[in-house]
Formats: sequence, structure tokens, C-alpha cells
Amino acid sequence: MTYEFLVASSIGVLVAGGIYLSMRARTFQVVLGLTLFSYAVNLFLFASGRLALNRPPIWDKAVTEYTDPLPQALVLTAIVITFGMTAFVVILALRSFLETGSDHVDGDNVPCDGDDGEAGRGE
Amino acid sequence: MVHALTLYLLVALPFVAALLIALTAGGSRALHSGLAGAASAGGLVLLAGLAGPVIGGDIPSTSVSWVPQLGLDLTLMVDPLGLMFAGLILGIGLLVVIFAHFYLYKGEATGRFFASLMLFQGAMLGIVVAGNVLLLLVFWELTSLSSFLLIGFWQHKAEGRQGARMALAVTGGGGLALIGGMVLLGVVAGSFDLATILERGAQVQASPLYPAILGLILLGCFTKSAQFPFHFWLPHAMAAPTPVSAYLHSATMVKAGVFLLARLWPVLAGTELYTTIVTSVGLVTMVFAAVVALFRHDLKSILAYSTISQLGLLVMLLGFSLETAVLAAVLHILNHAAFKAALFMAAGIVDHETGTRDIRRLGGLAKAMPVTAAVATLAAASMAGLPPLGGFISKELMLYETPKLALFGLPWLLPVLATIGATFSVGYSLRLAWHLFFGRPRDPEPFARAHDPAPGMWAPSAFLTALAVLLGLVPMLLAAPLVGAATGAVTGGAVPEFDLALWHGVNLALILSMIAVAGGALMLWRHAALLRAWESIAHLDAKRMFEAVLAWADTWLRKFIVATHTPSLQRMLLATFGVIVALIIDGALVGGGTFTGARPGITASAPAIMAWALLIAATAAVVNDARQRFRVLIYISVIGLVVSLAFVRFSAPDLALTQISVEVVTILLLLLALNLLPKAPPILSSTPRKWRDGALAVTGGALVGALAWAMLTRDAESSISAFHLANSKPGGGGTNVVNVILVDFRAFDTLGEIIVLGIAGLAIFALLDTAARGSAGARLAKWEEDMPHSPERHPMMFVMASRIALPLTLTVGIYLFLRGHNQPGGGFIAALVIAIAFLLQYLAAGYDWTDRRRRFGEHQMIAWGVLVAMATGLGSWLFGAPFLTSTFEYFSLPLIGKFELASAMLFDTGVFLTVFGAVMLALAQLSHIAQRAARAYAAKRAAEAGEAP
Repeated sequence: MTYEFLVASSIGVLVAGGIYLSMRARTFQVVLGLTLFSYAVNLFLFASGRLALNRPPIWDKAVTEYTDPLPQALVLTAIVITFGMTAFVVILALRSFLETGSDHVDGDNVPCDGDDGEAGRGE
Repeated sequence: MVHALTLYLLVALPFVAALLIALTAGGSRALHSGLAGAASAGGLVLLAGLAGPVIGGDIPSTSVSWVPQLGLDLTLMVDPLGLMFAGLILGIGLLVVIFAHFYLYKGEATGRFFASLMLFQGAMLGIVVAGNVLLLLVFWELTSLSSFLLIGFWQHKAEGRQGARMALAVTGGGGLALIGGMVLLGVVAGSFDLATILERGAQVQASPLYPAILGLILLGCFTKSAQFPFHFWLPHAMAAPTPVSAYLHSATMVKAGVFLLARLWPVLAGTELYTTIVTSVGLVTMVFAAVVALFRHDLKSILAYSTISQLGLLVMLLGFSLETAVLAAVLHILNHAAFKAALFMAAGIVDHETGTRDIRRLGGLAKAMPVTAAVATLAAASMAGLPPLGGFISKELMLYETPKLALFGLPWLLPVLATIGATFSVGYSLRLAWHLFFGRPRDPEPFARAHDPAPGMWAPSAFLTALAVLLGLVPMLLAAPLVGAATGAVTGGAVPEFDLALWHGVNLALILSMIAVAGGALMLWRHAALLRAWESIAHLDAKRMFEAVLAWADTWLRKFIVATHTPSLQRMLLATFGVIVALIIDGALVGGGTFTGARPGITASAPAIMAWALLIAATAAVVNDARQRFRVLIYISVIGLVVSLAFVRFSAPDLALTQISVEVVTILLLLLALNLLPKAPPILSSTPRKWRDGALAVTGGALVGALAWAMLTRDAESSISAFHLANSKPGGGGTNVVNVILVDFRAFDTLGEIIVLGIAGLAIFALLDTAARGSAGARLAKWEEDMPHSPERHPMMFVMASRIALPLTLTVGIYLFLRGHNQPGGGFIAALVIAIAFLLQYLAAGYDWTDRRRRFGEHQMIAWGVLVAMATGLGSWLFGAPFLTSTFEYFSLPLIGKFELASAMLFDTGVFLTVFGAVMLALAQLSHIAQRAARAYAAKRAAEAGEAP
């Protein structure tokens, strides 16, 4: 097996999980889906610079071969922005749950256990 | 150059005054009106300096490129037409400011009033001196907006709000059409420069687009100038304070449409299409509105319809496409501005002093308010077109022109209808003056109150009436040079020979004029009978129709939106993902080529394969176990860890450091949020739906994975990366190319990103800070501990370990920051690491303990971070370099040795501050909310325990 296969298949699996979870009805599942998606997107962006072992983009007189630094710079900020986005969506979901008592993405009235402290008991 | 400054100052003065008035909104009325008056007077002085050269044939102009890609230049020019209108705008503006100073009641928001009025003045001035049609459009829209503010000035009155909305809908809608027309015009003429367009009339008229251009521009003009069938907004705009009506709805804004017709006369006029449309619309408007005006009872409503009628007259004259008719129009613009503004002010005085504007309750006011009566009667006589006043001359000129054009092939049509219109004009003018000031008082109550106001209130009106009289007595002396020059400017040709005088001998125009006066007098005599006849026929209520159309549009738009734009996130995502999947399949089918490229792969090591298996398993567990939310967080962190390891393996140390620290912060955040969210709610999706989504997910995942595979097995195209590698050390002064890209080559991107992050942090704060109130607060108060907790809230070992870890982590963070330019590290990573160090304290010792020892404000850190980063970028301007150019220098100090200082380091400090502030703000605020809920719960439990025994 090559690294290329490992990375490509990981991206595929993460995307599949991301799609499935982000189409669920509860906000927290959507957040999880977004998180999986973000991993996949960041990996994909990073992979556009192709894979290289032991060639970090740290300039040195003695070294002539480097990996592509540009996707790395883009992905670095993307990771931080991902955190910002995830945090915002989580808090939005939390506020909407506190406001309406429902954690459905469209605000539908659905049974939630958080409201009455019945967590884990109603399975 | 001198002219350029004058022109800019001319347009800028009202805006500056508006700003100053708005800033001193709490100040006195005298301050506000003083500023407004000074700006108007200053503008008049500037304009007077230009008047001589402009009438002499010089056209001062200046131009600065604004958005050259669009052809939008800041071109200003004053030709005789612009000069005349600018004079009207500033002159009447000054008088209206004086009038309004006395008119507005005690306690009214004079700051808002005069600021809006000056905003309007600036916009209107902009229209008449704009030398670029796109610039003209900008000012045109601004007049619609400021007019909206002024009509709705009395916000507590429903008719004010409705009138304002109607005016904005009609004139704003016309403005949209005008934008289309002007853009087409500019494209056809090949330039947006007004002077250039005016020279290319033949080219425009020959174009197949000419009918579209004409139609769209006329829509804009007709809506603005209240031409039939768009006239209905103007009577409802009378809900505005009277000074506004006198200014906007008689003398200036409604004339913008007429102005634009005149301005574009050389380009648009002369064709059969233009003549027919413009003349007949003007004619219909003139006659129709004059008839309606005769039967209205509200003083301002009478004046509104008479304004519509007079505007119709102007439009009709411009529609003739004859130079002599243009001359009549230009003269009548001056006359109308003088007598109509005077009449509006007089109506305002009557309203102010008697408490009513209903003409059926007034009468005989000449005894009670002789000055107002004299002024208004003279102005009304000019409106009626009686000699020896200004209105007589322009009406004669109009009637003289009518036989020259055979509308629809009927030579008698225009003279007859124009005479009918003139007859009704005489009728409503005479009725206005007679029923208001003469005869017996109809209602004793308003009459008893009536008296002449302070001179400051009637003086502006009297001044305008004096002008109206002088325009009749000495027209050649007073108006001829300006009227001649303005006519020349409109037609773009030589000024026709003309002689303005009261007596031209007996001719057709005089006879028609005499018929009109006699007919008007007859109408006044038999007004009661005519009114009964008028009231016996049914009338359409334009306002109700307008509201009905709005309601209809509202209903159907709602239906359309619901039909096309589902409010369900799930359905929307289904559509989005479905389309993306289809696009990828389509691309694969159309693109062809081989699936696997030629680039040789790198054989994976055994630990790598194990990590990969871990990632796949964890992802599957996340999906499968998504309901057990705490367990899922562990799976998520496994995925994050494997991704970080992948970055390490594939030569991306910076990414690995960022990913691992973001991972810690994200998990902490989710953990805190989950404390307040449902932990394991029942499943909602039905089984078929799960299968459907699952199929889509597997297809999507397979396709994206295949895409990644196809990409990874091919070599990269040559990119700009080689440049970054080559210039990192010599150009950016750093050996860590990734960091140099972030803080130097693409620092502008980074600046945008930290701003986004800062906004996210602040938005989170806003969402959480208000969560303690309302129904969210009630639900928080009901929160119950619903998961097993350690009996010890703050375990001793953890607290001690976290305190030892703090200085160590801080040191690591600072080290990472300092070496970031040359080795893996930098502002992003350092901020995350140090944030983790502090968050650990919150976690171990609790929110309260940590918050009491906190010495920094997160809000300020975000602000300072963005400011520092921006200041670093702006700093390069001081050295004449573009925004965010960096510099670096090597220094040496004893003991420490040689070291480097780069301006990029300062930028990185900004990044550090913003990222740190945003992360801390989000998490600290969340833990604050959680802690409060927990404390409330503990207190409740303690109270219950106290009651039990």
C-alpha cells in the first residue's frame, strides 16, 4: 500500500462520514459532520501539494528539495478558521437549544432529554 | 485648478453641514439651522463666483478617476443649465432653512431634520453638476433615500410612514429603470462621460437599443417628476413637514426628472417616438392633475396636484423637441419654482397659525393675516398666468408653441387640450386664493386664531413672490441672460432669438390665454355646482391600489420563496450534496483520461497503515455511535491525532503543531457545550431516510476519495511556490517558508483571517452573554446535573500539576512564537499553546478562581491584535511601499550576539493577540455559563437537603 492510497481513502471515508452526519436532524450531529468534513477538506487541500517525506519547507543552504509550502500556509489558517467556525456553530446550536428547548436543526419540536435531566436513561 | 476646488467645495458643503448637524444632534435649533443656512449661503457665494464665466460661455469642470474599470469618474461640471438648477437648489434651500427654523414646533428633532435636509441638498446639487452619468445615478438614488427620510420625518404618523414608503417604492423603482437606461446609454455611446455622450446623439438614436434606452430613462424621469400614471406618490408625500414639501416637492426633487430630460435632450429628443411619448404623457398629466386640483380640499393636496400639472406642462414642452419650446420650459422652471415654493410656505403659515389646512373651513383670512394674504394671492396669480406676473409670460410662450406640433396628426389637439389645462389652472389658482383669503370665514374657530406670523416666517415667501412679480415686469433684465444660456446648454446649439415681454400684440396665444382666464373665472363662480358633479362620479383610490399591489406581490413572493427555497437545512443539504456528486460524476465522464496517474507512489510503513486503520475505525465509530455524544468526542480526538501525525509524516511540522493544539481546544469546547446540551437524545431519522443519506454519503465519499487519488498520482503543475521558496530568506528574512508566506507574502489573507476569527469570538460572546435572559435563561436555571461527576470538583493533583505546567507551557509558547520566522512555530501556534495553558487553569481550578486572577481582557486583545497587524501594514506606507510590505534588519548586542528583527514579527504579534483573544473569549465565556448553571443547581440541591430533615 502506498501513502497516496492511505491519504485518498482517508479523505473519502471522512467525506462520507461528514455527508451522512451533516444531514442528520440534531445540531450536535451536524457539528460532528462539519468536523469530519473539515478534516477531509484540510487534508485534500494539503494533498494538492503532493506527498513528500522528510522535506519540510524550512530553507537551508544544504538542501535543494522541499515540499510545496503554499498549501501548507493555506491549510494552517484553514485549521484555525475551522476552529472558529466549529466554535460558532456549537454555540449557535447551544443558544438555539436553550432558547427553544429543541436541538433539531430546523427548530422542530422534538423530544430531547437535556431539558429534564433524563440523560442516558431513556434508551 | 481654482475651479476644481470650487466645484468640489460646492458639492461637499451640504454633506459636511449634514455631518456636523448630525454630530451635534443634541444642540440647539439655532445651531442646526445656522449650520444649514451657512452651508447654503456659502454654496450660493461659490456659485455666484462661477455665474459670470458660465453665462459667458465657459464650462468649468474637473475630473478625478474613481472606479475607472466601470467608467465611473468623479467628474463635476457647471454649465448654464446646471448653474440655474444649482441656484434654485441653494437659493430656495436657504429660504426653506429660514422658514423651517420658525416652522418646526418646539421639541422636534431639529438635528435630524436639518441633517436630512442638507443630505438632500447635497444629493440634488450632485445631480445637477455631475459630469458623469454613473455619478449622476449615485446622487439620484441619494435623493430618493433622503426624500424618504424627510417625508417620514414625523415617524409617529402613519400617513408619514406610508407616504415615505410609497415615494421610495415609486421613485426607487424608477431609479432602477434609470440605472438600466443609463448603463445602456453609456455602452451605446461608448462613454459614461456626460459631455461625450451629449455629442453622440446621432449614434445613440441610430442604435437598435434606442427604444429600450429611451423607455428606461423616461421611466426614471416620469416616476421622479410624478408624471401620470406614476403621479400618485406626490400627494401622499405631503405628509412631510411643509418646509420639505416647499423644497423637495415643488422646487427641486420633482424637477430632477425634468432636469434629466433637459440634460439628455440633445441625445434623446427629436425622434418620432420621443416626441409622441413625452408630449402626450406631459399633456395628459397637465390636464388630468389640473382637473383634480380644482376639487381637492387640503391646501397641500391642491398644491401637490397643481405641481403635478405644472410638471406635466414642463415635460410636454420638452417633448416638442423644439428649441423655442425648450426656452419656454426653462423660463417656466424658474417661474414655477418661485411661485410654488412661495405658495407652499404660505400654506404652511396658514396651517401653522389656524391649525387646519382644509380649505372648506377657511376663508376671509385677508383680514386676519393681510401680509400672508397679499403674498399668497400674488403667487397664486402668477400660477394662474395672469398679467403682469412671470407665470403669464411662460404660459403665453407655452400656448404659442402648441400649434407647432400636430400630435397624432391632429394639429388642433395640442392647442385645445393645453387651453383646457390652462383653464383649470386658472380655476384652481383663483379658487385657492379666493376661498382662502376672501369672502366670509366658513368656520369661526380657525379664523379666530389666525394672525400673521413673525417676519422670519413670511419673509422667504415674500421674497419668492417678489421674484415672481419681477419675472413678469422686467423679464429681460432679470432672467434673459440665464434663460438664454440655459436654453443653449439644453439644446446644445445656438440660442434662438427671443424677446420676453408681457405684450406681443394680439395673436393666437393671447386669445387662448384670455379664454383660459375667462373659463377659470367661470369655474370659480360655479365651483359649488362643479364640485357636486365631480363628487357624483366614482374615483379610483391610488393609495388603496398601491397597497393592494404590494400585498399581492408580498403573497406571491412568499409562495415563490417557499416553493424554491426550502427552510429545511436537511433538504437543502440533500440538494447541495446531490448536485455536487452529480457535478463530479459529470466531470469524470466528460474529462476522460486515465484514473491513476503516472506519478510513482511512496510505499507506506507499517505504523502508518496502523494509524490509517485507526482513523477509518474512529470515523466509522463516530458515525455509528453519534448518539453517545461523550464517547464520540474520544473518537474525534483519535481522528485529529492521526491527521496531526500525517502532517508530521508528510513534512508539514507547522501544520502538525497547529492541528494538535486546535484539537485540544476544540475538544474542550465541545465538552463544555455538551455539558449543557442533550447527551443522548432518541434517534429521529427513519430507516429509509438513513439508507438514502447513507447511499449519498458513500457515493460522495468514494468520488472525493477517487478525486484525491487521481490528484495524488499525478505531478503538480508548476506553481508560484518556487518563488516563495527562493525569496523566503532573501526577501522575507525567514527560513520557515510557511510562516513567511503567512506573515509576509500573503499577509493580507492572514489579516482577513484573523479578523474573521475575532468576529467569531465576539459573536460567540454576544450569543452567550445574553443567554442568561429570557427563555434561554429560564432553561439554564432549570439545568440539572445529568451525568456522573467526580465527587471532588477540583482534584488536588490536577490543580497542582496544572499550576506547574503553566509557566512551562508559557515558556514553550513564547519560544514557539520567537522562532516562528525560521523554525516551525509562529503567532497562530503560540497563541493556541498559550491559550491551552490558561484553559487548563480554568479546567483544574474552576472558572471563578481563574477568572479572579486573570489580568487581560479578551475583547481588547482581539481589537489590539487587529490594530497592530493593520498598523504594521500601514507602516509601510510611511516608506512609500505598498500595504503590508515587510522589512528586516540584523542587529548585534553584546552577550546575545547577532539577531534579526523583522517587521513581520510585529504582524505576527497581531496574529497572536487576535487568535489568543478569540479562543479565550469563546471558551471562558462558555465555561462561565456552565459554571453558573452548576452553581445554581448546587444551591438548589443544598436548599432541598436543608428542608428534608
